[in-house]
Amino acid sequence: MPILDELKAAIAKRLPELDVVIGWGKGFDALHHTPVFITSEADLDKLELGPLSVQNLATYLTRYPKTKKIGVVVKGCDSRSVVQLLQEKLINRENVVVFGFPCEGVVDLEKVKRALEGQGMEIARVSEATFQGERCTLTTGGKAGSLPMADLWADKCNRCQYHDAVMSDEFVGQRLDRKAEDAYADVAAFEAKPLAERQAFWQEQMSRCIRCYACRNACPLCVCRDQCIAQTREPNWVSQRTGVEEKFMFQMIHASHLAGRCTECGECERACPVGIPILLLKRKNNKEVLELFDYRAGIDPEAKPPLLAFKVEEEKINERGW
Amino acid sequence: MSKELRIIGFLCNWCSYGGADTAGVGRFTQPTDLRIVRLPCSGRIDPLFVLKTLTGGADGVLVSGCHPRDCHYSEGNFYARRRLEMVKRFLPVIGIDPGRFEYTWVSASEGQRWQTVVRGFTEQIHALGPIQRFGKDAAATAAQLAASHA
Repeated sequence: MPILDELKAAIAKRLPELDVVIGWGKGFDALHHTPVFITSEADLDKLELGPLSVQNLATYLTRYPKTKKIGVVVKGCDSRSVVQLLQEKLINRENVVVFGFPCEGVVDLEKVKRALEGQGMEIARVSEATFQGERCTLTTGGKAGSLPMADLWADKCNRCQYHDAVMSDEFVGQRLDRKAEDAYADVAAFEAKPLAERQAFWQEQMSRCIRCYACRNACPLCVCRDQCIAQTREPNWVSQRTGVEEKFMFQMIHASHLAGRCTECGECERACPVGIPILLLKRKNNKEVLELFDYRAGIDPEAKPPLLAFKVEEEKINERGW
Repeated sequence: MSKELRIIGFLCNWCSYGGADTAGVGRFTQPTDLRIVRLPCSGRIDPLFVLKTLTGGADGVLVSGCHPRDCHYSEGNFYARRRLEMVKRFLPVIGIDPGRFEYTWVSASEGQRWQTVVRGFTEQIHALGPIQRFGKDAAATAAQLAASHA
């Protein structure tokens, strides 16, 4: 049985006890999936699953009151967000049903766009997209073109260590048990550049920022919502000015508040309308958390985030070093 | 020492602020680049204080609290230690020299140690020179600095 049918069956089984199940469905064009909110059996036909199921649906969990019974379909990376939310008691374990499946990866539409442009095709005109094994076939204006999938996977998928959900109540399909290495090579490569160049890089990137806060709103762990300090006037952490300092200050707030919590689902970067590589800041923090505290966010629901705890003698902090 | 730079010190009320006071009472001479902000505890320090101060134009930030195990509130500085270490390690990725930020522990009786800390840190910041302000044109800043030194 195809995974999608298995998933539908699993959801149908649990649906009577749930208020809503969040999954992916057809989007506005052939290359997009969009979140769908399933409340009845009839809605099940809307479900889709595949390399276009990009959004991290865990983001929606904290949008509902804790008393609502919610089902959510998760990829491996998304399941880590759920675990992290459980750790911080932002959701109720009894009121959440997690549907996991073996995720092969998702496509990065920016990469699709660039690859298509290389072949003289426009992404906006793609009328049909099929993903089969190693290749992806796209039809524009009656003409079919084929691209190797290897070029299209999102960066996070190429270094994915959790293809199968780390936690699930219902798991459909065969586990992949695949694990890539992630030694934070991208962070190390960036930090090998001279300091001034790094600063210039952010200055250039952040100059494009339009302060839409899409990165924040897409983040499953940005839960302050209306209390976000970026929008308060007292204290005024970020002013209304449009300078690069203000924009960058917001990214530093975002990164600091996610230190030791970020599960690297990459939603911030995907949601960014101007393509600023902000995941790098979060990965930097995660790299340090891993080095200092041997800790990865969103793996164990019982663990305590390292920045909410301490040891009297820290093994890896050289506090008297200077 | 060359022209004065701007260094912000976040000091805990119970130990380091007292330590700085002891240094003053003991007439230990120290460089005058440091401006002190007094806080109830080093645990009160939000890592964003450091980031905002550095991107806001300060050339260096020094945080000083009670020695671990000596915190007035028992465990404030334990939490602070983890957070401060994280900020320090975060700085390189945004293009700020991690040497511009240090945290240390000075107790109220350690006037002598306070003098050593302030001297050492001020020297360190002077070695690094004025900070390149984020969001400001590099060439313009360089020209401005050259003019101010002339």
